[in-house]
Amino acid sequence: MLGGFSLLLLFLLVGEMVSTIGLVLPGNVIGMLLLTGTLALGIVRVEQVRAASNVLLDNLAFFFVPPAVGVMLYFEVIAEHWAAIAIALVIGTLAVLLAVGASAQLALRRLEARSREGSGPGGSGPRNGSEDESGERSGGSSGGPA
Amino acid sequence: MIDGTTISQPLLWVTLTLVAYAAARRLYTRVPVALLHPVVLCTAAVIAVLKLTGTEYAAYMNGGQLISFFLGPSVVALSVPLYLNLQQMRRSAPMLLLVTVFGSLVGIVSAMVPALVLGAPDSLVLALAPKSVTTPIAIGIAEAIGGEASLTATFVVLTGIIGAMLGPLFLRLLGVVHPVAVGLAMGSAAHGLGTARVLEDDRLAGAAGGLGICLCGILTAVFAPLITAGLL
Repeated sequence: MLGGFSLLLLFLLVGEMVSTIGLVLPGNVIGMLLLTGTLALGIVRVEQVRAASNVLLDNLAFFFVPPAVGVMLYFEVIAEHWAAIAIALVIGTLAVLLAVGASAQLALRRLEARSREGSGPGGSGPRNGSEDESGERSGGSSGGPA
Repeated sequence: MIDGTTISQPLLWVTLTLVAYAAARRLYTRVPVALLHPVVLCTAAVIAVLKLTGTEYAAYMNGGQLISFFLGPSVVALSVPLYLNLQQMRRSAPMLLLVTVFGSLVGIVSAMVPALVLGAPDSLVLALAPKSVTTPIAIGIAEAIGGEASLTATFVVLTGIIGAMLGPLFLRLLGVVHPVAVGLAMGSAAHGLGTARVLEDDRLAGAAGGLGICLCGILTAVFAPLITAGLL
């Protein structure tokens, strides 16, 4: 698991370094994207970082208590503008639920309907053909040197 | 009485935070009400102790920064669920990406505009912009666009609570029932707190929520600086 932590910190470090060059993304997000890319390319295996990742993500809520405590510095601002804050938070949350929920459901239903139409018996034909082809080709090349 | 101004040892504040959090979590398992989320109770308890002992926030952060340090690697750790969820939903991933692009744009604008209209100062409006995103990313965004990270952290927690309380009912009223759509919406609007709420009933919704958290986090980090520069 220490190896996993080292990898996470290493990617964070690289992300922070890249973000100082002037990218708008925070360094931690760059680190996340880089690690996702290396996982997809198979350079890093999921098993190498899964345990360390789970420990951090299981306790994520605890890590943001100290920044949240900092709200004590802004009690006066919040008291003055509490109605604007409350309305902005409720409208902002419901708007995202509506935008994502409705459009995702619409798109998913379309996608599922299309894949139901498209999944006929003909789909496997071309793939078999290409496998035969490659089989012949490899057979031919192995025969060459002999 | 403890004189908080002389005691600034990190050990004291790390211990206080950890004990308060453990106690808050025990209470939450018995009384699972969104408003009593461990983060809310623990934060309130720590603030109460700091006020009673006359401790400055900066002194508390001598210890607090040892805890919040782990937010950075936690964001990197999100790549594991992101990678696994993308694999699980490979066929619909491009479409879900489009949906979250739309969702993160709505997320930034829909909080900033009401606050602007109601006359909130720019510092508050900036802190509201990344409110739908998981805290560690939101804090990074707030710092990048010149908002107060502590205000953002508070708004993120409140957004999560609002989403967890109202989200499932609101989505049902809208007729959104597809588990992937429900999960993606909860993760996009109310990050981990919203996702945890739907994960209880449906694993697929939970996976979609994880995808929503990651994608919206990344996309909001891209769009927030551009939109805030345009609106303010």
